[in-house]
Amino acid sequence: MEKKFLGQRIKRNEDPRILTGRAKYMADITYHNMLHAAFLRSDYPHAKLNSVDISAALEIPGVIAVYTAEDLGDLWHPGPVLVPAPHSIPGIKANSRTQIPIVKDIIHHQGEVIAMVVAENRYIAEDALAVIIVDSDPLPAVENIEDALKPDSPLVHEELGTNLATYVRQERGNFAEIKTKADYVLQQRFVMDRGGAGAMENRGFCANWEEDSQQLTIHCNTQSPSGLRNSMAAWFGIPEQRVRVVVPFVGGAFGPKVMTNQPEEVLCTFASIKLNRPIKWLEDRSENFIGTTAERMQVHDCEITFNKDGKVLGIRDSFLYDTGAFNPYTATIPLNTQTHTTGLYNIPVFLTEFTSVFTNKMIVSPVRGAGRTYGVFVMERMLDMVARQLDQDPTYIREINLIPADAKFPLETGIIAQDFAQFVLDSGNYPAVLKKAKDMIGYDDFKKNIQPKLRAEGKFIGIGLVLFTENTGVGPYEGAKITVGNSGKVFASSIYGTQGQGHFTVFAQIVADQIGCRVEDVIVETGDTDKFAWGTGTFASRGATVLGNAYHHTAKLVRAKILATASRLFNVPEDELELGDGVVRIADVPEKFIKMGDLATKANPMRGTIKPGTEPGLEATGFYAPPYGATAYGAAAAILEVDPISFNIKFHKFVFVDDCGTVINPMILDGQLHGGIQMGIGNSYFEKLVYDENAQLLNGSLMDYLIPRATDMPSKMEIGHLNTPSPLNPLGIKGVGESGTIPIPPLYCQAIEDAFNLPGLFISEVPLSPSVVYQLVENAKSKKQGELL
Amino acid sequence: MKPASFAYFSPKSLDEALANIAEVGDDGGKILAGGQSLVPAMNFRMAQPTALVDLNEIQELFYIKPTDTGGLVIGAMTRDRTVELDSLVKKRAPIIPECLYWMAHPTIRNRGTFGGALAHSDPAGQLPVVAVVMNFNFHIQSKDADRWSGADDFFVSVYTTCLEADEILTGIEVPAMTKMSGYSYKQVSRQTGESALLGVATLLSLDDAGIVKDCRIAYMGVAEKPVMAMEAMAMLNGNQPSDELITEAIEATVKGELDPGADIHASVEYRLHLARTLGAASVKEAVIRAAKQE
Repeated sequence: MEKKFLGQRIKRNEDPRILTGRAKYMADITYHNMLHAAFLRSDYPHAKLNSVDISAALEIPGVIAVYTAEDLGDLWHPGPVLVPAPHSIPGIKANSRTQIPIVKDIIHHQGEVIAMVVAENRYIAEDALAVIIVDSDPLPAVENIEDALKPDSPLVHEELGTNLATYVRQERGNFAEIKTKADYVLQQRFVMDRGGAGAMENRGFCANWEEDSQQLTIHCNTQSPSGLRNSMAAWFGIPEQRVRVVVPFVGGAFGPKVMTNQPEEVLCTFASIKLNRPIKWLEDRSENFIGTTAERMQVHDCEITFNKDGKVLGIRDSFLYDTGAFNPYTATIPLNTQTHTTGLYNIPVFLTEFTSVFTNKMIVSPVRGAGRTYGVFVMERMLDMVARQLDQDPTYIREINLIPADAKFPLETGIIAQDFAQFVLDSGNYPAVLKKAKDMIGYDDFKKNIQPKLRAEGKFIGIGLVLFTENTGVGPYEGAKITVGNSGKVFASSIYGTQGQGHFTVFAQIVADQIGCRVEDVIVETGDTDKFAWGTGTFASRGATVLGNAYHHTAKLVRAKILATASRLFNVPEDELELGDGVVRIADVPEKFIKMGDLATKANPMRGTIKPGTEPGLEATGFYAPPYGATAYGAAAAILEVDPISFNIKFHKFVFVDDCGTVINPMILDGQLHGGIQMGIGNSYFEKLVYDENAQLLNGSLMDYLIPRATDMPSKMEIGHLNTPSPLNPLGIKGVGESGTIPIPPLYCQAIEDAFNLPGLFISEVPLSPSVVYQLVENAKSKKQGELL
Repeated sequence: MKPASFAYFSPKSLDEALANIAEVGDDGGKILAGGQSLVPAMNFRMAQPTALVDLNEIQELFYIKPTDTGGLVIGAMTRDRTVELDSLVKKRAPIIPECLYWMAHPTIRNRGTFGGALAHSDPAGQLPVVAVVMNFNFHIQSKDADRWSGADDFFVSVYTTCLEADEILTGIEVPAMTKMSGYSYKQVSRQTGESALLGVATLLSLDDAGIVKDCRIAYMGVAEKPVMAMEAMAMLNGNQPSDELITEAIEATVKGELDPGADIHASVEYRLHLARTLGAASVKEAVIRAAKQE
């Protein structure tokens, strides 16, 4: 394999445009005759809609149209199921309800669209929203997932007769049996809530239907350009080839932008077709908090069985999961929880069952971490329970329960994952990652020498170390088309969705290695469905793994064409040719070479004849489909101090060790981990969507919903790597996009408990906050020893 | 998040501004100072003023001047960052830059104004609590009147001052800090630059024998406006400020005078813990600083 650029710390191709303000984002998209949309959203989480009076809105100068449900006619229907239920799992129960574009009779959550205004500008559109009169009767709302399944609970979808959305039970071994054979059985309830994605750029959508050419052009900051194209084509009965989706630069996505058939997408397209004018909508932050998607609460009832020596025999995890008012993504998140619970540990028996529950809240979608965080949280916390029960060091309990380095990979887990394939641990050296993290944080020295001194000074300073896996790079497939142009530039198109991950650089590195050109001469395009038609989208940390391997495979096809063409031209065998620096040369004759662009011209002659059957040009299209997801893993460790007055947290040291197989660009990898860790810190100590008992959001602005900032981060994050190439794909890559986020909440819990060193302090709920930790510490102080577990 | 429409005035003199606000104030017109609180509120449409009288072009409202009595007068439109970095302010009223450090972020302080932050009467605001301990004097003008208000009268409630609809806060007199006086401003917020969960300002002097006098302590974040810690002040004044007495005095105020509410960031118990620990830390810091000046 050619590897000149793979693994190099190369500066990003896209940065000059981004850093100089020349990158175009959704707000920069404009047409001369463009109109602006704004949406009237429900204040009530659950209500019966009686009528909507739009007459006053229509009278405002500059208002072009106001639409309600009846205007849609036959186009009013629920959206499709985006991810089906895992029907291959025996005993599954699945109720599906998907979102509708605009409320007709029942309001299912706060923020649902009731009316759409189209106006000359957004100011006028919002003025019109203010005078629309909505007559509705509030209904009792479903807020609490534990109450939602009780017989007297109000129902989100009356006709279902239940709030149960999905039930899935998976078991490896026999938990009931192992429970009777263990020295210890501990039970614990865990609650984990997760918030929104908090992308810097909110959603944006611009539809331009041109009646004359029967062409729909959509600009959108979606994570799935092809998925959006397909869904709008299907909804409006237009051939895919007449729907072009263009994704400009995107200011972050993190999950919610993978959702398609969103109400605003349907409505803007509808209005553009109806008015034959471009319609743009930019989601504002208030709408983002109630009208997009987020992740949500899980409540776990867990049992862990283990022997005196600390070896875990089995785990049971029964959990409830809040899916919001609709479930177009069905069970991706709780399946991720199930697959990531036992992670890199050798747990012979595992029973996991979840019940996903409808509530009158915004729809749930994956958010970076996407369900994995919950599984890792309960597992790591349970291992800490074992450590405390046996009075052992938490790292020792982890060490003796890890899958050993000499295990026969790939290891089947028996648990079905989000791609409906069995979750398989493909490769790794788990004890090595634990040891590396321990060494880097200076675990033993801190415990033995440093912490006792600081404790004697009255400081609340603690250490934590946790481990995790991340199932990444799932199918179905990605593809690419690579063309060497007459200028020597290499155009490498795919249809993916890129939001800051460095795709313009990492894919260029992969392609440049095979073509033999400079990285900056590879122009990567991922966001225009007219440039490449086939692909699925950005999710599950699959860019580098799936699309990276597609680019690699396709670049090799082009390389073969380059060699064949040059071989004919120079009349020498292919194995005597060398590719590099943008030229093809004969290995032993340095003066005998041709520039790649000139070779492309020769491969596509404008006159004369070519051998029949020859494909013109230096171009190829290729695809890559993984058999199942590759599994990255790692460890996070921290030394942190809790301020005794504020209970704010300061990191003294922060270490992250990751094994994502082959590294394409270490600098970009570091950045991915830094950003992921920041989201993990948010999930642990800052970010929480707070709903009242009527499912009304109480903190729908960035004034009250706290996103961690630079000043909340460790001043330095030390990143370490192991590199165990995945055997699943030619490049040996495992994904890393969500790794940083996944292990942080249990890390906080363990380190905070260690800081206070109180027998009665055990943290089972996240996110935390200074106020919550204060309360837990006060409660623990008043508990007697032994009351903990 | 676009504001409702409003009329806009950009007067070039105070007289012109007073005439403008006299005209529009009663009909829902508002003064625009730095706009760092008002404009976001307008974008949320929580505030929908019918007109804005923008004071940013009025040069005569931007100043910091010494007074003969050792204090300062600060023009209402003086940017918070200007006040924070001013050497005369640092010398004569060092508690002001100390509290301004906590106010939002430097870029916001670059635009936000001294008068605006006071007239906003945010219950979690840094300047109102300092205004109360220092007893700022507020110069209030309208087309037909000119009056002064003490800090006790100025702050009425949440986002409410004694300013009438046609009045403008034009200047703030900061009294002299007494010789040998110690000061302290402390606050807790969840993030740097974020809204305070609780804050406390202390001002006190020590006499030659180390006895506390002129002690003033006030809390913010516990009520609709700053609360003076009367019990703690009474216990400290005229006594040696031992650690035990400080703890006892603050405890008396926490138990007897503070009745904070809970919100999504802080329980009542946590706020009382902050009041206790931060209050004692503030008094101790003020005592140490006062002692150092001897």
